[in-house]
Order: sequence, then structure tokens, then C-alpha cells
Amino acid sequence: MANTATAHQTKWWNGGKSPFNLEYGKLMMWYFLMSDAFTFGAFLISYGSIRFSQNFWPDPNVVFNAFPGAGHANLPLAFVSVMTFILIISSVTMVLAVHAGHKGDKQSVIKWLFWTIIGGLAFLGCQAWEWHHLITGEHIVLADGKLSMMGQTTTGNPWGQLIEDQATLTAALNSTSHETLAHIVHSHDHTHTMQDLLAKSDTELRGMVNLAEMHVREKGPIAFGGYFYGITGFHGFHVFSGVVINIIMLIMTQKNVFQNKGHYLMIEKAGLYWHFVDLVWVFVFLCFYLI
Amino acid sequence: MQHPAFEEVSFHHHTDDATFKKRVIRTTILLSVITVIELAIGIIIYNIHKGESPNHTLVLMFKGMVCILTLAKAYYIVSVFMHLGDEIRNMIMTIVVPLMLFIWFIAAFIWDGNSYKNLRNKYDKHFEETTMPREHHKAADHPMTPAATPGGKE
Repeated sequence: MANTATAHQTKWWNGGKSPFNLEYGKLMMWYFLMSDAFTFGAFLISYGSIRFSQNFWPDPNVVFNAFPGAGHANLPLAFVSVMTFILIISSVTMVLAVHAGHKGDKQSVIKWLFWTIIGGLAFLGCQAWEWHHLITGEHIVLADGKLSMMGQTTTGNPWGQLIEDQATLTAALNSTSHETLAHIVHSHDHTHTMQDLLAKSDTELRGMVNLAEMHVREKGPIAFGGYFYGITGFHGFHVFSGVVINIIMLIMTQKNVFQNKGHYLMIEKAGLYWHFVDLVWVFVFLCFYLI
Repeated sequence: MQHPAFEEVSFHHHTDDATFKKRVIRTTILLSVITVIELAIGIIIYNIHKGESPNHTLVLMFKGMVCILTLAKAYYIVSVFMHLGDEIRNMIMTIVVPLMLFIWFIAAFIWDGNSYKNLRNKYDKHFEETTMPREHHKAADHPMTPAATPGGKE
């Protein structure tokens, strides 16, 4: 490669050829991806800036510790590592699709694009589950001197500091509303229906609450939700559009569009975009789950 | 393999199947191994946090390691999977040089966030008292004054 490069070196800017040795579309894809990198960078840096402006920030291992089908088991990092590997593998299948395109091997392009699409859809499914789990999974929070149930949303964050002072908790329990008490009992005791619990008296319900085993927290920084859903959502949207692009590429390959053109450059451009989605995930993974 | 659409492109890279395969497998394994190491460090950080008195310097060190490993992963994805490493130098520089802005970008905004925190802690005592993390074991010693021990302020 070095030899060929020197052979062409002096004539790069004489016109008639790309000074970057790339065809126009691919070069513009690179510049689009660079600008997209700045967009993601700005979001992530803004998140970092807000995080550094807080005395307390939720520990990601506490927030993201669930796994589908594992109930309330504490499995920090498990599910997100599955998502990470799905994206890495789908990136590899995309490399193989691009390589098959270089050789004009239509059947291989179709095969590898198909697996890339499956990987993208699997990732989106994982993300949907994770969001659903975070939004609907309610946690006990102490606010304004009483207990309440709260999910992780853009307006509330249940991952504040753990409250270990039993006196504070008992006082809070005594001023908690009837309905919330029933909800709290229902959240860890499924032998009673909500209706049964609502029919019980407050004293009975308080007796059923085991304060020592509950992890009651204060409210955490509200910005957490907005940043998490905003950035992973923006990334998820990129994955979604990547999947759509790949599906279009698959159909075009199937219809011999690239075969008739004589080259599979479009697959290369779609490939660049797909790898970029993987690249961004590497940083999202770092900023939200690891540090 | 000179196609009409490629006229602006002076030369192509032709990697034979064997070299290509070896390269992809090597990079895949590298990315996976780095990810596994990152996850292991994540678990280590989790366990340090769980302990009685977390060593914050150690946590910071591990977090720094994860950042470096992430940059290594990004390098391999961009250079091998996206073939940027195979492009000519002029092209690589038009992508890499603008990205250098990130060095200032990250440093400046993290610095800004940190300075805002320090100013708020200084002038907004309510903010400091309600958000400063309490040392868990200390809170257990003085159960009636949970918020009265804001850790380590000058």
C-alpha cells in the first residue's frame, strides 16, 4: 500500500481525481459521521458537565442491575454487556457484508446484511425492555417526610442516597398515605391482590412492611433521567435508522441494483454508518454504565 | 476492477480473503477481550463501592483505565472496521484533526461543571446539606443527625 501511495503522491491535487482517493458519496458519509460525532459528543459532554456539578450521582451498578426473566436478582452490568456484544457482533457481520460486496458476491452480501439487521433488531428489543423496566419498575423513595413509589422518568429519579436511619424511616412510614402503603406492600408481597391490601387498615399495612429489608432512598438528581433517555434514545434512533438503511440495502441487493451498477459502494456507505452506531455505543456504554 | 463510478479514485485496496479473515477475527477477539476487561473493572468498581469505606482514588484510577480501554476500542473500530486506517494520510487528517477539538471540549465543560459545584457548595448551604453524600457508617453512629455530617469540606 505504501508503494502505491507514493506513486500517486505528487499528483493528488492536480484535478480529475479525488485528492482523498475516495469517491464523493463515501467521503461525504465520513464528514456526516464526523458532524454526528460532535452531536453525540456535545450530549455526552453536557451530561458530564452536569454530573460534575452535583455532589451526588446515582451509582450505575445500582440503577442498571436487572436482567430479563431474572426477577429482582442483583446483576449489575449483565444485561448491558449482552447489548454491547450484540452490537459488536453485528458490526462484524457488517464488515463481512462489505467485504462480500467488494467481491461482488451477491448471496454473501444478502446473508451478512440479514444477520446485521437481526443484530440491530435484537439490540433495539433489549433497549425497549430496559427502558420499560426503568420506567415502570417503581422504587420506594422518601420525600417530604413520607414514603412514595417512583419509577425512573425524566421528572423523577428514585436513585438518591440510601437512608439507613431507622427512626427517620419509621416516622416517614407513619405519615405515608393509605394507597402508597398498599403499593409498597404489593411491591414485595404478591400473595395479596391490590384490592385486598387496599381494604386493610393503615396499621395492618404498616405491620406488613419490613423496613429493614427495604432499600429506601432519597430522590436523586432529576437530570439523570433526561440525559439517560435522551442520549440512549438518540443512539437507539440511530440504530433504528441504521436497521432501516440496511433493510433498504438488502432489498436493493436482492433486486440486483448493485449487480447492474457493477459495484456495491452503497453497502460500504451503509456499513460506515452502522459501524459509527457501534462506535457511539462504546462511548454511551462508558459514560452511563461503567463510570 | 475499474468501474465508471470509481474514476475519481486512483487506486483500490485489494486484500485477499485469507488476510482479511485473519484481520477481522483478530479485531473481533480484541474488541471482545477489551469489553470483558472493561466489565471486570466495572465489577471491581461495584465491589469497592459496596465496601465499608470506598477508596475514591482507587475508583478514579479504575475509571481512568476504562476510559483508556474505550479509546482503544474506538481506535480499532474506526481503523479496521471502518477502514480509516487504509485511507490516504490527507483523508485521515481531515477526520482526525477536527476531532481534536474534543480535548478542549471535554476539559472545559467538565471543569465548568466542577467549578459550578464548588460555587454552589460555598454560597448555597441548603444545596450542600441536602445533596452531599453521607458516610454510611458515620450515619449509623449518630442515627438522629443524618444530614449533619457533610463529608470533607474545607
